[in-house]
Amino acid sequence: MNTALKIFKYVLYDVLRSKMIIIYTLLLLIISFGIIFIGKDVTKAVLSLLNIVLLVVPLVSIIFGTIHFYSSREFMEMLLAMPVKRKNIFWAEYAGLSLALAAGFSVGTGLPLLIYGGISGAFQLIVSGVMLTFIFTALAFLSSVKNKDKARGIGLSLVIWFYLSVIFDALVLLLYYLFSSYPLEKATIIISGLNPVDLARMLILLQLDVSALMGYTGATLQKFFGSDYGMVFSVILLLFWAIVPTVLSLRIFNRKDF
Amino acid sequence: MIKIEGLKKKFGKIEVLKDISLEIGNSSVVAVMGPNGSGKTTLLKCILGLAKANEGNIYVKDCKINGNSAYKKHIGYMPQYSCFPDNLKVKEVIEMIKDIRGNNIVYDTELIEKLNIAEMYNKQIGQLSGGMKQRLSCAAAFLFNTEIIILDEPTAGLDPLSSEIVKTKILEDKQNGKLIIITSHIVSEVEVIADRIIYMLDGKIYFDEIKEKLYRLTGKENLNKAIAHKMTSGETRGAEQ
Repeated sequence: MNTALKIFKYVLYDVLRSKMIIIYTLLLLIISFGIIFIGKDVTKAVLSLLNIVLLVVPLVSIIFGTIHFYSSREFMEMLLAMPVKRKNIFWAEYAGLSLALAAGFSVGTGLPLLIYGGISGAFQLIVSGVMLTFIFTALAFLSSVKNKDKARGIGLSLVIWFYLSVIFDALVLLLYYLFSSYPLEKATIIISGLNPVDLARMLILLQLDVSALMGYTGATLQKFFGSDYGMVFSVILLLFWAIVPTVLSLRIFNRKDF
Repeated sequence: MIKIEGLKKKFGKIEVLKDISLEIGNSSVVAVMGPNGSGKTTLLKCILGLAKANEGNIYVKDCKINGNSAYKKHIGYMPQYSCFPDNLKVKEVIEMIKDIRGNNIVYDTELIEKLNIAEMYNKQIGQLSGGMKQRLSCAAAFLFNTEIIILDEPTAGLDPLSSEIVKTKILEDKQNGKLIIITSHIVSEVEVIADRIIYMLDGKIYFDEIKEKLYRLTGKENLNKAIAHKMTSGETRGAEQ
């Protein structure tokens, strides 16, 4: 078996048994069951869950990812003193952590939706959540390998999350306000690609037929993202968001002093 | 067995290792000593490939370290602080290391018994005390019968009995032709087990002597006094050369 796979197995055991992952999964299960049970409408539940997923999944992934990286530093140091290539240790840590987080999210959100009948939008919600988990874990690793100091690493991770989840939307709104007299429908498509959270939101919303409420811009977005071409474009962009920070982190990790 | 030529290492603008050169053969216990921040751990980390040298070369068993990891199969390492994932069981940690090192290696199971590792086999790492973690870390360093063993403060945090077991193991391994490199602040411990003292100060080797020769040169009969004499007399390695 490949060395990365051997280490991955133990990293996965470790993370899946951590209290944080268990609490995360249980919390998502309670929230999902609660929303479906109270709303008595699974389509509305997906919409409500969407807002939670877009805020909570990136936050948990980036903060837990950063904390995990710093607390695994000495363990990685011990592994590096063995005949193991650096890239194998990196991939094992990244895959072990992101898959454990993705499993926690899939069980916590997917299981209630499955029990109450899989509907349109639920699949996209799970896929988007899993993709966001991989993306924000990669960003967590990038922030951790760049900073030796734990407090600075966690700080940078929080700034990244805050920017992509809150500030970015405010900047887009400002942009729309300043250029309100110009047609910005096509620009919206490009701008949404600059933020994985917006991309995930778009991907789910446009499957729920609520784009009709979004006016002409919604129609343009529906036309683009609702098509097969648009779907492929979104998935490629989300993959790009996961791959680029991972590759950058690996490059830094390979040269890093422990 | 280990040869270092003109090793320099910087962390940012701070030069931590300044032109270190030395050669270490087998069948010996070499103690790397010096005050905090003198570069002891960085030197060990450079040998282990954990820190990358800015200049100079390191050879382990005539093989130049150049970003490869294969040479590390000859090295067992015990870090200063134990470092296994909290949610793994002790037996899983040992299995993992066996998986990585390869299954065709002869294990020193006697040490596992002596350090009472078996009694904590089913416990999670997070449930172990600091001393128990150090015992496990120590067992992991010696378990695979490697030719070179690097121990960073090996007895710090160990109970007296485990500490004695480790010291005995070090001396046994030396008899078996292995090279053991240790860092320690406990002079009495170094005095018993080390053959050669490398004293580092401010990123340089202040002196590098065979223990007996050091006693002879300083006219002192204990290591503490011999080191103090060397320090006050200002005889450095460079001056001798």
